[in-house]
Amino acid sequence: MSNPQQLRYSKEHEWLSVAEDGVSTVGITEFAANALGDVVYVQLPEVGDTVTAGETCGELESTKSVSDLYSPVTGEVTEINQDVVDDPALVNTAPFEGGWLFKVRIAEEPKDLLSATEYTEFSGSDSAS
Amino acid sequence: MSSTTPRRTALDALHRSLGATMTDFAGWDMPLRYGSERDEHLAVRTKAGLFDLSHMGEITVTGPGAAALLDYALVGNIGGVKVGRARYTMICREDGGILDDLIVYRLAETEYMVVANASNSQVVLDALTERAAAHGGFDAVVRDDRDAYALLAVQGPESSGILKSLTDADLDGLKYYAGLPGTVAGVPALIARTGYTGEDGFELFVAPADAEKLWQALTDAGSSVGLVPCGLSCRDTLRLEAGMPLYGHELSTSLTPFDAGLGRVVKFEKEGDFVGREALTEAAARAESSPPRVLVGLVAEGRRVPRAGYAVVADGKVVGEVTSGAPSPTLGRPIAMAYVDAAHSAPGTPGVGVDIRGSHEPYEVVALPFYKRQK
Repeated sequence: MSNPQQLRYSKEHEWLSVAEDGVSTVGITEFAANALGDVVYVQLPEVGDTVTAGETCGELESTKSVSDLYSPVTGEVTEINQDVVDDPALVNTAPFEGGWLFKVRIAEEPKDLLSATEYTEFSGSDSAS
Repeated sequence: MSSTTPRRTALDALHRSLGATMTDFAGWDMPLRYGSERDEHLAVRTKAGLFDLSHMGEITVTGPGAAALLDYALVGNIGGVKVGRARYTMICREDGGILDDLIVYRLAETEYMVVANASNSQVVLDALTERAAAHGGFDAVVRDDRDAYALLAVQGPESSGILKSLTDADLDGLKYYAGLPGTVAGVPALIARTGYTGEDGFELFVAPADAEKLWQALTDAGSSVGLVPCGLSCRDTLRLEAGMPLYGHELSTSLTPFDAGLGRVVKFEKEGDFVGREALTEAAARAESSPPRVLVGLVAEGRRVPRAGYAVVADGKVVGEVTSGAPSPTLGRPIAMAYVDAAHSAPGTPGVGVDIRGSHEPYEVVALPFYKRQK
C-alpha cells in the first residue's frame, strides 16, 4: 500500500490533509483500515465540537472489534462525512478519499505528525511487532 | 493464550501467499480473513467457502471397549451411533460443568474419532485418558491424533458439486452428520458432512502432507462457481447467525448443557453410569422448574455492535450478559447471543437493550437461530 505524500500522519494511524483556509480533513490510513477489517459503524464528533490532538473523538466498529478514533489535531469540527456514516465500508474501500471522516478548523499547529515516508516506516515496523 | 510461539498448520505458507491476515487462536496461527470477511461470509451463504480448520483436536478411541468408554466419559449415547455416522455431544465434569462440546465420528465398530475444540483438546485428551482407567479400566486405547490430521472444510450450497467433481465417493448417500473414508483429488480422506456455518458442507480430514494438494484441487474445482478461501472471522459470524454455541462464549465449565439450552445432548436413558449423571439430573430438574438464565438471540435496532461481556439491560437494570456479538452480514444488522433472566427471555419482550459502552441501545429478543438455510 502507498501512503499519499501530501498527507501527514499520526501514530494512531490517522491522516491529516494540509490545511486549506485553516481547515484540514481527517481520516484513517489504509494500514489501519486493513487492520480493522470490514468497518460496519462509525461514530464521529459533531459539527461544532472541539477535538484535541491525541484524544478520542469517536469510534470505529468492525466485525471483530471496536476502536477509538483519535484526533490528530486540535480544533473545531466544521463538517463530517455523512457518506461514511451511511456506508462505513468506504473506510475500507477508499480510506484516503471517499472514506474521509471529518474536517477540522485547526486551532493549534499540529505537532509530532509524521511524513508519508516516516509513517510508512512506522506502520511497517508496527505491523511486524 | 500462551507466550510460546503459535503453531502453524500444514497450509501456513499457502495462507501467507494468499495474503491472509493471521491471528493467534488457541495457540495456533490461523487465517482470520483473506480479504473482506463480509464477502467471505456471503460466499459461504450463497456459493462456497474453503476453510483450514487444522487447529481442531482429533483424538482416536479404539478397542472392544471404545463405545463403553465414550458412553461413560461423554453425556451422549455414543454406543448407539451407527458406523459411518457422527454425533454432536459434550464432555462434562462430575459437577455437570461443560469441559467441551465435541463431534464424535464412529469410523468402525470399535473405532471412534473425537473432535475437540483447539482450546480444549488437551483437556479432553487428559479427561478421556483418565476416564479410560476408571472402574478398573476400559478395554480401549485413547490416542492423541492431533498431529495426524489436517482439516479442510468446504461449506456452502456449491460445496457438494465441487466435491463431486473430485471424488467417486457417494456424496448423495452421505447424510448430514455422517462420514465415510474415501479419496478426494487422489488424497485419502475422511469425508464428513458436518460443519459450523449453517450451510450444507463437508469437512475433510487428511494427512498434513496432503493438505496443500487438496486445498489446490478444491480451489481449482471451485473457482468457477465462486468458492473463496475463508478465515475464522467469517466462521464466527456464520456460526453465530446459525445459533451455534462457541466454547468460551456460550459454553463453559460453570454451565451445564441444560443451562445452555442444550440439555437434549444429555442421554439419561443410556445404560450405565456416566461422568456428571447425578449433577446433570439435578440440573435438568432445575432448568425445568426455575431456569436461571436463558440463551436468547438479540437483534439490534441500531447499528452499534454488542460484544461478549456487555450487559443486557431492561428498565435500567442488568438482566443478562452478551456471550457473542457481531454485525450480521445476512441480516444487515448487529446480532448477539446472550444469557438473560427468564422473565426477559421471551421473543418480543419489550424494553430490552444492550449497554454498549455506557449507552443503552434497544435490542429485540428473538428465538435462535437467526438464520436457517432453505432446504
